[in-house]
Amino acid sequence: MGSNFAENHPVAFRFVLRARDNGARILHVDPRFTRTSAMSSDYVPMRSGTDIAFIGALINYVIQNDKFFKEYVVNYTNAPFIVKEEYQDTEDLEGIFSGFDPDKKAYDNASWAYEREDPVEPEGEPANLSERLAREKLAGRPKRDETLQHPRSVFQLMKKHYSRYTPEMVEEICGTSKEEFLMVAETVTANSNPERTTTFCYAMGWTQHTYGVQTIRSGAILQGLLGNMGRPGGGILALRGHANVQGATDLSTLWNSLPGYLDMPAKGAAHDTLEDFLRDKMRPTSFWQNYPKYLVSILKAWYGDAATPANDFAYEALPKTLGNHSHYKMFEEAYNGIIKGMMVIGQNPAVGGQNASFHRKALGKLDWLVVKDPFLIETATFWYEAPEVKNGSVKAEDIGTEVFYLPSTVFAETEGSFTNTSRLLQTKEKAADPPGDCRSDLWFTYELGKRLKELYKDSNAKRDWGFNHLTWDYEPDVNPRFKIQEPSEHKIVKEINGYDVATGAPVAGFGDLQDDGSTACGCWIYSGVLPEESLNRAANREGDDYQYLNWGFAWPANRRNLYNRASARPDGKPWSERKKYIWWDAGKEEWTGYDVPDFAATKAPDTPAVPGGVGLAAQSGKDPFLMNPDGVIQLFAPAGLADGPLPTHYEPPDTPVSKNILYPEQTFSPTAVIFEHLPNNKVHGANNSKYPFVITTYRVTEHHLSGAMTRWLPWLAELMPELFLEISPELASELGVHSKDFVTVETGRGKIEARALVTKRMRPLKVEGKMVHTVGMPIHWGYSGVATGSVPNDLSAIVADPNVYIHSSKAFTCNVKKGRLPGGVV
Amino acid sequence: MTQIESKKGMFIDTTLCHGCKACEVACKSWNELPANSAPSLTGNSYDNTGKLDGENWRHVKFIEDISDDRKDSRWLFLSDSCKHCQLAGCMSVCPTNAIIRTEFDTVYIDHDTCIGCKYCITGCPFGVIEIGHLSGTAEKCTLCYDRLQAGQQPACAQACPTDSIEFGEVEDLVTMAKKREQYLQSAGYGKAQIYGDKNILGGLNVFYMLEDKPEKYGLPSDPQMPQKTMVGGYWSSVFSLFAVGLVSLLSFRSYRERKFKEEEETTTGA
Repeated sequence: MGSNFAENHPVAFRFVLRARDNGARILHVDPRFTRTSAMSSDYVPMRSGTDIAFIGALINYVIQNDKFFKEYVVNYTNAPFIVKEEYQDTEDLEGIFSGFDPDKKAYDNASWAYEREDPVEPEGEPANLSERLAREKLAGRPKRDETLQHPRSVFQLMKKHYSRYTPEMVEEICGTSKEEFLMVAETVTANSNPERTTTFCYAMGWTQHTYGVQTIRSGAILQGLLGNMGRPGGGILALRGHANVQGATDLSTLWNSLPGYLDMPAKGAAHDTLEDFLRDKMRPTSFWQNYPKYLVSILKAWYGDAATPANDFAYEALPKTLGNHSHYKMFEEAYNGIIKGMMVIGQNPAVGGQNASFHRKALGKLDWLVVKDPFLIETATFWYEAPEVKNGSVKAEDIGTEVFYLPSTVFAETEGSFTNTSRLLQTKEKAADPPGDCRSDLWFTYELGKRLKELYKDSNAKRDWGFNHLTWDYEPDVNPRFKIQEPSEHKIVKEINGYDVATGAPVAGFGDLQDDGSTACGCWIYSGVLPEESLNRAANREGDDYQYLNWGFAWPANRRNLYNRASARPDGKPWSERKKYIWWDAGKEEWTGYDVPDFAATKAPDTPAVPGGVGLAAQSGKDPFLMNPDGVIQLFAPAGLADGPLPTHYEPPDTPVSKNILYPEQTFSPTAVIFEHLPNNKVHGANNSKYPFVITTYRVTEHHLSGAMTRWLPWLAELMPELFLEISPELASELGVHSKDFVTVETGRGKIEARALVTKRMRPLKVEGKMVHTVGMPIHWGYSGVATGSVPNDLSAIVADPNVYIHSSKAFTCNVKKGRLPGGVV
Repeated sequence: MTQIESKKGMFIDTTLCHGCKACEVACKSWNELPANSAPSLTGNSYDNTGKLDGENWRHVKFIEDISDDRKDSRWLFLSDSCKHCQLAGCMSVCPTNAIIRTEFDTVYIDHDTCIGCKYCITGCPFGVIEIGHLSGTAEKCTLCYDRLQAGQQPACAQACPTDSIEFGEVEDLVTMAKKREQYLQSAGYGKAQIYGDKNILGGLNVFYMLEDKPEKYGLPSDPQMPQKTMVGGYWSSVFSLFAVGLVSLLSFRSYRERKFKEEEETTTGA
């Protein structure tokens, strides 16, 4: 669900086909019949944007029919935990949870908390900073009812929350027939037990919604109930869309994170000193209790000898966030003249951003813009090639932005590593020098850093302290085969892996990291990739038939399947012989199996949780989910989410239906972030007769993202040469349109033209008693390159999820008319 | 006559093809075939290549086989190319012997000898060959003859992410295909069938596993050597010649008769 695996991950899909040929049943639930559907055992249609209704109904089916994995649920999830009396569900409050502030459009989650026992005073003195801070925040253990009968147990709350998510409701909301839904429900439940596991693969079809995080959570909840997490062949698998998008996230390309999923300190929060910050971030009853060790080690890696206990390890040199700096906020600030300059590296927001014409407006307000890309992409050419400039509504001479274009390398011209969807680091070699002045992003960043350090070297200003003390030595290890020398891969990997500050020797893994400044480590989760000076485990290339532990290096600690302690029963024995994976070897008194155990290696299954203990000591020998507080799956999330503890069905901001039939008072997510104040960014709301059709946008195999790396290549451009709109024959006949005819597609945000591609792969669905038509359009086009066309992203609105600010591009509404745009593209 | 050293071919299993077109791109890249300079959407599913020709030696077909009520929905993909037939029609009609069988038992067009007469185009029952715009000679898949000589597999097979294109010794591939056919038929692909066994032109070195009958994929169920189809052509030519002669004789006669009649009338009237 939520992914077009075959088209967007065509290489990884070989493993799906292999599974299919080994007898696995592949179900594809999707608004469109795609190349993935073609390769699957069954295809089930649904209306775009209604995944939570579908999965919520699966959850309800599992609970109502007693199909959940009882021993797993009682021991490995928070189903038995008791929630506070103050908590009120969407069933009580007509579609919202308790704690909602309508003015702020935000929740106060105090009432979602567990009922807790009295805290136990820890014994003895804390051994280090991490332990001391953890103790300060230690609360009592959550109260439990292992019979799952307590009316305020998570299990009963969930049961009530999803009780109206029935197969009939799925038919009404999603347009999926009851029979098709039940086929999915029966297939999934029959395949989830001690002998068998089911996996869910998802991608942007789940994430890109104003409730994207909740959609993924609904999948995780279902898998928790079915006992499919931490077991071989289970899990919910996020399919990452680029070779190294996982690596980029791990190493913190996100605005609010530091490497290894540590947080950026924020201005305005209680983050004044290192200790304040760590106290805020401390999660005392999980592995995250080690947080201080990882942050202090980053500071040591970045500021070296200048980071000392006396100056809080240079904590103050870390930039603080001033608010929300996510992509759309950043462009809003550019539009408002707050951000004056921008470096765009490996991105093409002029056509790739939602409401792309707004992005171009914002780019036009900048003083300067640096674009670094292999081709002269639309973000570099917007000021003379954009449709609004071509048709005269914007004059090139009125755009004051000074644009610098820097030619970039492609992947074969650099060395380094990719981290893929499986968190697997694999090195790659440089094949050739880049042509002309093309330089890698790494080369550019390193040189820029050197030049900036040179500029700041005489400054005594406090704000420049960080620049002047940043460790910045990645001088190339000269490779005589090439003329262009890249910064030293070895030095970078070693810093990422971590090393002992006194001896300079690499650490063996994150278990060696300390919070006293004796270790440095650039990204704790990658620690162990270079355990010895001359051993880069990402270069390992020893395959085998199963978990290939000597092929590359998977973070953390080369574990291939996260939380794999859950593949064994609470007593440490495998759930079944067939699904045997990690188990307790009573003789050797250690965990063993086919993978690296994701658990304390010698912590016996019968180890009790230490009363008043912190970190893993607070968890028992049967708690597999060690990164979570209390060591279990959080079916109900008492904290951490902006939009509710349980996933709830809401309609997208543009929806073809008149209301949310589950909660008529609450059609849309109450916390959805709508950028209403931006120009041309109107949402259509419910059942807007001007925009009767659902439109969903996506990628095809032949192109990549905004086309920046494919539309310039003639061999790829000719495979998908023109922008097209996929429409069903039923809608085509209503509109009098044939394949190849031009159609105009319009939303409240923009108007574009495309060729029609009439296909029975698109199908109208009966929703709310009427036929709802969905049209589909790939996002890859723009005005520069070999294959050019209208900008599909001119159609979508900037609206976002409140947790991670992901946009909504999979389900909005539009109108379609036969014919071209008058006077060309506007 | 070339000494056949080994019989190389490809087994293309359509049940593993997800239509990514990596084979098309790998083919063009390795063989330096030009891209269409003004490509446009064909409107035929996701196929914007259209057909095999001088610049497209590999073509992924997209067949949407979907009933109106969508109850039966299939989208079939077939990566098509020269089949390197045992009984190669193109080779048999080539007047300059430019089409040869290589040491790998594959069918190869020697561009130095080709005179661009196009006989092979009509000689191929699969519509594989066309004149290349740049070379002016007949062009088609060489099974990457140059790569084979260097001990490598064809570019398409190398690029295929799902091993839908398997390269190897034809004998091994046939064994593999038969096993696969059995498996597929037991796994719910009731109509799975091998296309290109001995019964098709003496065996195709590049052969297929289809999910359905060949016609679904636009493949002839019983392709013939050109000589065989030409027998009919020959007789029809002879017949046409005879008929043309007869018609002209008849029309000449009727002209004479009319003329004679006119003359007679003129005489009478006078």
